[in-house]
Amino acid sequence: MSAPGRSTPPTLALVNVSKSFGAVRALQGVTLELHAGEVHALAGENGAGKSTVVKTFAGVHRPDAGEVRVDGEPVAFNGPADAQAAGVAVIYQEPTLFPDLSVAENIFMGRQPRAGLGRIDRRTVHAETAKLFRRLGVALDPQQPARGLSIADQQVVEIAKAISRDARVLIMDEPTAALTGQEVERLFNVTRTLREQGCAILFISHRLEEIFEICQRVTTLRDGTYVGTDKVEDLTADDLVRRMVGRDLDALYPKQDVTPGEVALKVGRLTREGAFTDISFEVRRGEIVALAGLVGAGRSEVARAIFGVDRWDAGSVEVAGKKLPAGSPTAAMSAGLALVPEDRRQQGLVMDMSIERNMGLTQLRSLRKETGRGPLISRKVERNRAADWALRLQLKYARLTDTVGVLSGGNQQKVVLAKWLATEPTVLIVDEPTRGIDVGTKAEVHRLLSELAAQDLAVLMISSDLPEVIGMADRVLVMHEGRLTAEIDRADATEESVMAAATGRAGTGKAA
Amino acid sequence: MTVLTQSPARPGSGGPPGGGRRLVELVLRARELSILGALVVLVVGTELANHRFLSGQGVKDIFLNASILALLAVGQSMVVVTRNIDLSVGSVVGLVAFTTGKFASGGDRNVVLVVLLGIVIGLACGLVNGLLVSFCKVPALVVTLGTLYVIQGLDYKIAHGEQIGAADLPSSVLSLGNDSVLGVPYLPVITVVVMLMMGYYLRSYSSGREFYAIGSSPEAARLAGISLRRRVLTAYLVSGGLAGLAGVLWLARFGTVVADAAHGWELKVVSAVVVGGVAITGGVGTVYGAALGALLLTTIGSVLVVLKVNSFWQDAITGVLLLLAISVDRLLALRVTKALKQRSLESGVHRDDGSAPPGAGPAAGSAAATAKATKDEAPKGKVS
Repeated sequence: MSAPGRSTPPTLALVNVSKSFGAVRALQGVTLELHAGEVHALAGENGAGKSTVVKTFAGVHRPDAGEVRVDGEPVAFNGPADAQAAGVAVIYQEPTLFPDLSVAENIFMGRQPRAGLGRIDRRTVHAETAKLFRRLGVALDPQQPARGLSIADQQVVEIAKAISRDARVLIMDEPTAALTGQEVERLFNVTRTLREQGCAILFISHRLEEIFEICQRVTTLRDGTYVGTDKVEDLTADDLVRRMVGRDLDALYPKQDVTPGEVALKVGRLTREGAFTDISFEVRRGEIVALAGLVGAGRSEVARAIFGVDRWDAGSVEVAGKKLPAGSPTAAMSAGLALVPEDRRQQGLVMDMSIERNMGLTQLRSLRKETGRGPLISRKVERNRAADWALRLQLKYARLTDTVGVLSGGNQQKVVLAKWLATEPTVLIVDEPTRGIDVGTKAEVHRLLSELAAQDLAVLMISSDLPEVIGMADRVLVMHEGRLTAEIDRADATEESVMAAATGRAGTGKAA
Repeated sequence: MTVLTQSPARPGSGGPPGGGRRLVELVLRARELSILGALVVLVVGTELANHRFLSGQGVKDIFLNASILALLAVGQSMVVVTRNIDLSVGSVVGLVAFTTGKFASGGDRNVVLVVLLGIVIGLACGLVNGLLVSFCKVPALVVTLGTLYVIQGLDYKIAHGEQIGAADLPSSVLSLGNDSVLGVPYLPVITVVVMLMMGYYLRSYSSGREFYAIGSSPEAARLAGISLRRRVLTAYLVSGGLAGLAGVLWLARFGTVVADAAHGWELKVVSAVVVGGVAITGGVGTVYGAALGALLLTTIGSVLVVLKVNSFWQDAITGVLLLLAISVDRLLALRVTKALKQRSLESGVHRDDGSAPPGAGPAAGSAAATAKATKDEAPKGKVS
């Protein structure tokens, strides 16, 4: 496809758009033009306003000032239905499917082909869906319910939905966040095909290499303001990061050298049927140990079992020499364990509760009045402690009484970290600590982990981000199919050696 | 990008492509079938214990009594499918039964007019509920609990301690409740017709499917451009209108009506709906199931009378049935989700080794191996 001619107006555009939510200015004078036959990246840190842009295009938000233009003509979207009618299809960060309805129904909801008397023509619905899936090269059953689909398959359904609408504009808000490499490749193939067919595409991702792989132009936002639009080939990754962050980024992986202390966490032959088998390892004070592996290798399951969320069938867990009973998070917490879970929205935070309440949740006992003996909770202590942690973690917030739901992803993660660090743990387990977090905050989280380790905390970090694993860990444990397949020292850890063990082609490193 | 279409069905591993769907369909049908099964066991067992149970009158009574409950259950399931609830139906039946009774006894009124009046009153109540829930965004439980008492109070005020007697009613109204067409009483005919119409609408019409979409995920429905307000309002109008119709049928069936007719029926209706397999969390269930649930609850009531069991037990048994239904639902949901995940994992495997383009990464083969191994290692009987 030839480069989009600038003589034709952009298929969809924001011109000088501003939008505020209460006192928060989400967007200020943002201009963004999507042209047919082009994949346009939207880059920015968490909280830069990317999601607001998406929702403005989708008709969910109406701009306070400025215009939305379709083919150069100003339009007013009065709801998602209007945007859809204009040919805009959106794939949100979290897939928005109807779990109880069939895949085919999900795709054609509201636009089902009709037979006589306005009835839904079920046969055509299923046939069309099957055709779409063939075109996308996936083997999904149109009549299968959406419940239970993997995230990748849910995204396929969303894409099929967009294609079936003959969408002229496809907006993808972090579609790759939860995908494996192979699934990303599949998504990119589809994206390229759509682009060649003349679709205008907006692509959002925190993985910079993806932007360079698939996009032609990139628009950068910072704190809700427009920074600029550039051709991708004119930029380096460092340029892009500088534009997003507005300053040179300190090292992304600021790992300090440490001398490991005594053993803080000792896991012995831990087994949970159907999840993992015979897992043994130690984490020493001051050490960051990464647990790597493919999605589904059983890493999170090990973390959950150690913390007592799930029971284990055999083996033992010792924290600072003390054995833990199986299946008791309370015992794990009082022994000095803390777990920052994978899914912060579902498991890490109570989204409707305030920042200070969320931070206080793990220490309700020590928050009590009369220095921990009375029945009532001291809100003053709670607030002071929360303010203290917010300062230490450089949390960006308006008021501590705001619900955590209004914070950006990176700041939410900081609240989860604060909540657990406030328990003064000996061992901190973090599961995917930087998933869906922008580079700026990512570096902060890394520095924080490094500092904590230097202060004698033992850190077990589960991560699917290979550079993060290599950059942050003193030792890397690799799991494959529920078993530990390798233990690799910092000096020997490379993406290749970790990947080899994670895919079961081990041979490097000593078997644990 | 147009390769593939390898059939996911492969010898030795995984199920057929439609496995997931079939499983779910089986589970959904299983609900309706298991209610039918329970009904058969109940009826046969009771007949063996007391041979007069299946006499013409006994069966007719069950159907007549079940008709009104089933009609309400059909309306209620429409509301419940959208993840809401209508607790005011019992009061609406009471209000309509009394006011239409008063209207009908005022002269020789045409039965059609009486039915229409009842439906209009019901629609008015539904409108209030629907507007409060969909436009004012007040939780349905609170709104309809409020209207339950308001409508009940209104009913008491109008009734003022009086009662409607069968003698005052025109014969056309009474014959609606007690006469038959081709040997089948009108009441069940009306209910079945309404049920079939609603069932067909919800299944086969685009707007009908939107009720399920809303209940399944309100947020996704909003983003899909579905008008939540309009659909939720419609659900309440249907529930109210059918409650109005049920009120007239109540009058026609019993003739004698006091102010607190159908007092407490809202919970009976909700029980019938839940026992009938409509998920209280929305998005799942059919009006057929709800109607069958109503039939089952009514039959249990009659059986207990025939078996001379203290009527106190009827409520307790309804309660046990409700708990059973909800527990079974929960259990099945967990099983189904697990099985579906398993299947999507397996189909993923086939996709990988069937279609991975060359150079798609070294992970393909071993990811397949992972999935297979997980499946093989899974303890037997866990996903059956």
